[in-house]
Amino acid sequence: MAAICSLYIINKSGGLIFYKDYGSMVRMDTNDSLRVASLWHSMHAISQQLSPTTGCTGIELLEADTFDLHCFQSLTGTKFFVVCEPGTQNMEALLKVVYELYTDYVLKNPFYEMEMPIRCELFDINLTQAIQKDRVALLGR
Amino acid sequence: MQFFGGSELSPSPPTPTGTGTENNSHMIYIFNRNGVCLLYREWIRPLHTLNFQQDHKLMFGLLFSLKSLAAKMDPTCADKGNLGVPQLPGQGCSFHSFRTNTYKLNFMETPSGIKFILVTNPGTGDLRETLKYIYNLYVEYVANNPLYTPGTPIRCELFNTAVNQHVKSISS
Repeated sequence: MAAICSLYIINKSGGLIFYKDYGSMVRMDTNDSLRVASLWHSMHAISQQLSPTTGCTGIELLEADTFDLHCFQSLTGTKFFVVCEPGTQNMEALLKVVYELYTDYVLKNPFYEMEMPIRCELFDINLTQAIQKDRVALLGR
Repeated sequence: MQFFGGSELSPSPPTPTGTGTENNSHMIYIFNRNGVCLLYREWIRPLHTLNFQQDHKLMFGLLFSLKSLAAKMDPTCADKGNLGVPQLPGQGCSFHSFRTNTYKLNFMETPSGIKFILVTNPGTGDLRETLKYIYNLYVEYVANNPLYTPGTPIRCELFNTAVNQHVKSISS
């Protein structure tokens, strides 16, 4: 079944501010998820340097043998990326939905400090709902 | 009779056949397992950010790190090594392509550690078969060539022609 394995949000300096695991075999521990996020941030930047034409905004999709990684970068440099099973559709739309939830429940939260790890309950609740709805829509087909 | 013309590491000028609009591919790199660039050809590359030495090193470094990342992020494998530990060819999950808004990079590593990289337009489909075919060309024209020293840049006109021809035939 096509499904999401995990979701990461990185701030503009490359630090991990949100990580949620939805069912990969082994949950990554905190240090590893931090390292992976920073590594992704750097790889994203380097891929822009290697572009044969101008106007490259970085990696949007990475396809591997056992997973796909979709990445969305907002205009401010915040990156949202999701690890999912190969061939999962509509991940770009899901990332845009997550971005909208981020702007609504995190950025508009007066107690949230910019670039810090996200600890907003409403964000978590709505995110879980959005992922569930997506999963139901996928399985229902 | 094989003709050993020179195809330098510096790029040959784009072939003047005027099929630029149909050509989907920007460049091709071939690296061996030590990071030596065995072949670099470009067909359409309007932007050169770095000089060639730095470009090759950056490309090799990016691929090394992405492979390490893919092995670590693999959701199906329970036991993963630490990030940055060099992976043997074929060990762990490896990526086969990534796409940005301006290009798509297709990657294949052979069991002997030879890495084939083809940079194409973003709309190109799955090029794993193409890369396998290019690997076969490499085996026939380069690896089986008794006068070729492994680990040195490839200077074989027949190989270059065959690669050019095959790459031009990739449709989007």
